[in-house]
Amino acid sequence: MRISELANPSRFLRAANLAIPWLGGATVIVFAFAIYRAMLAPDDYQQGATVKIMFLHVPSAWLGMLCWGLMTIAALGTLVWRHPLADVTAKAAAPLGAAFTLLCLVTGSLWGRPEWGTYWVWDARLTSELILFLLYLGVIALWRTVEDPSRAARAVAILTLVGAIDLPIIKFSVDWWNTLHQGASVFRLGGSTIDRTILIPLLLMAVAFTLLFVTLLLAAMRNEILRRRVRTLRLLQASAAG
Amino acid sequence: MQATAHIEFIVAAYAAGVVVVVALIAWVMLDYRLQRRILAELETKGISRRPARESADE
Repeated sequence: MRISELANPSRFLRAANLAIPWLGGATVIVFAFAIYRAMLAPDDYQQGATVKIMFLHVPSAWLGMLCWGLMTIAALGTLVWRHPLADVTAKAAAPLGAAFTLLCLVTGSLWGRPEWGTYWVWDARLTSELILFLLYLGVIALWRTVEDPSRAARAVAILTLVGAIDLPIIKFSVDWWNTLHQGASVFRLGGSTIDRTILIPLLLMAVAFTLLFVTLLLAAMRNEILRRRVRTLRLLQASAAG
Repeated sequence: MQATAHIEFIVAAYAAGVVVVVALIAWVMLDYRLQRRILAELETKGISRRPARESADE
């Protein structure tokens, strides 16, 4: 089956029904291995055991941004190509992105208290991440405000494209401004500054979180397609009754 | 010594992770059941997206 054939919601549902159990199984296995490796990772020479918070904080931060990136592509799909699954993807992804961004903020706060002496500081990285979370809440609210899904999709797509400006701000905030948050230490010119004994569990956790995200996204997209079918049937029911 | 001093922050962070992941899984699963149940109820009442003849042909 070609990817373009999945544009048909019925074909997508059949593919999702097949893929979700396998993806769920793979997620459990990779998570079990990644958590095992994370628990075996040595303490950091400066931070001690609190470095283990990084195994949750960094993947959730990456996923919060990745999800908005995906929603940006979906927004183009809605506005330019009017792809049938584009707004389904955007609507299903928003609560997932919000949840991972919230997890990033909470774990970052819990990591910051012992390391920086404070739960929160209005520096560029933390503030731009908080703005991303508020943008997610705005998108979710907009979906709920406009009843017609196609009208809501266009409004959400515009907000998503505007909000995408926040992604490079989050990424480069630690370079553009003097922040309490540390600079890039995994994906940077000259290679990672993290020791392999900590870097490998971190990358494994990132793979596990990404698998979880993909599984949940497919399941949430399936739910959204079913919800739209319910809406269509209720409209038919109402018109038949009228 | 440092680990015991900050263990509450590590435990709280992982507890937050568990809460968020479990909440997302529960939301997706419960929503799936709800939509399937509503669809089944509507179809039981004879409401279909396609005309009865077209559905019967398939």
